[in-house]
Amino acid sequence: MCLGIPGKVVEIHDEAGLPMGKVDFGGVRKEACLAYVPETRIGDYVIVHVGFAISRVDEEEALRTLEILATMGDMVETELATMGPGMDAPAVISDEGAAGLLPVPPAAAGGRPGASPPPGGGG
Amino acid sequence: MKYLDEYRDPVLAKKLIAEIHRITTRPWTLMEVCGGQTHTIVKQGIDEALPAGIRMIHGPGCPVCVTPLEQVDKALAIAARPDVIFTSYGDMLRVPGSTTDLLALKARGADVRIVYSPLDAVWIAAANPARQVVFFAIGFETTAPANAMAVAEAARRGIDNFSVLVSHVLVPPAMAAILESPMNRVQAFLAAGHVCAVMGWTEYEPIAARYRVPIVVTGFEPLDLLEGIWLAVRQLEAGRAEVENQYVRAVRREGVPLAQRQIFEVFEVGERSWRGIGEIPASGYHLREAYARFDAERRFAVDEIRTREHPACIAGAILTGEKTPLDCTAYGVLCSPQRPLGAPMVSSEGTCAAFHAAGRGLGLQLRPLLMPTLAPAEAPLAPAEAPLAPAEAPR
Repeated sequence: MCLGIPGKVVEIHDEAGLPMGKVDFGGVRKEACLAYVPETRIGDYVIVHVGFAISRVDEEEALRTLEILATMGDMVETELATMGPGMDAPAVISDEGAAGLLPVPPAAAGGRPGASPPPGGGG
Repeated sequence: MKYLDEYRDPVLAKKLIAEIHRITTRPWTLMEVCGGQTHTIVKQGIDEALPAGIRMIHGPGCPVCVTPLEQVDKALAIAARPDVIFTSYGDMLRVPGSTTDLLALKARGADVRIVYSPLDAVWIAAANPARQVVFFAIGFETTAPANAMAVAEAARRGIDNFSVLVSHVLVPPAMAAILESPMNRVQAFLAAGHVCAVMGWTEYEPIAARYRVPIVVTGFEPLDLLEGIWLAVRQLEAGRAEVENQYVRAVRREGVPLAQRQIFEVFEVGERSWRGIGEIPASGYHLREAYARFDAERRFAVDEIRTREHPACIAGAILTGEKTPLDCTAYGVLCSPQRPLGAPMVSSEGTCAAFHAAGRGLGLQLRPLLMPTLAPAEAPLAPAEAPLAPAEAPR
């Protein structure tokens, strides 16, 4: 569970006040929270650990790591598998993000017309 | 592509190994702290490709393994309640408690769910306001920003049926505890790259200076590890004891300040018990008073836990590097990933699981996959204690 995997940010959006991104891990795309690396732009590589980007990385360095990881097999596959929906968790992250599942915080309710990002995600 | 081919090239790996051989004049004992690093080292046979005098000891950096039995038993007590949805990282489900494990509890009808991210547990709580949703918040510093954010988001969104069972541990106090032990043989550390990505490495500078040990912040790929070992041996041979950063593509000296701010908004440092090791002062995180209402231990009043470890399990000695799985009478016989007695056999980051996956001591030595040239079949598998010169502590 401690493994972090580098992936490319392909979309950035806001989920009721929480900056989120869609991250591509060699073809597998998952949601990740970008709150800790707010300087991240589309096309950047981030290291994702349990659904959070914990570091921004140099793209050339990330690419090489990905390709080495691609040849490594089990650990990365195991880690990617855990990124899927849990056994019976409702937290299925669809291509549309988890917007439908998220409760809007009281502070954000009503006052944020742009809380639901347009398809394709702003950023 | 620049950097790509040379780093993937087994020729570079061989050069690094040859360079390590070239600069090594005495036996040295190194510890890789993180279980992810252990996995790569054992799987790729990196330890067996090193000079005979260079010994790798596998450290305690497996969060699942060091989560104390008492916390596992508390998790089981909470998860057994009918009003509770218990959520956890998947690795914890098969960790044996005193009498059972979470997976067995789930099979008997408890609502135990695996989540990938702690935020998923918060969303489950939001979707099930009539149930109590508890998240097993374990991990090292790498995981702390995620777990802290889950608590902060639950507070911000007013999701009061969410709580966390905290078992958070910290790397630097564990390293200091290992160095303080009279049994200690570690002369240099490979520090955990992703822990340092979050926290930076300033905390390690006093440890390197006080105990005169080189500490190399190291990544997780075979070439990262070889380079980290090379940097550490180079320091040892030169009599230096500094903090160096091998994992430059991901780690900066100051870490990620926003993540640190979130951690310390939610958590404070306090004593923690480590499974197999015992209590270490100031070695973990606890919820701050401002977030105490999210503390599952308070909410469900689980005390009076009486723990019982399996008598054959030597997980404590494995975690501190005093013994290897090959020293364990239960390894591969009573204890396997299918029927684990102790946590190091459960997690893929555990030393026992890494040994088992590589077929070590099981009569089948699997060939390393990525760089088969690293560990030729004819290489001696003898323990790395060939006489070079008397062991000497770094000065």
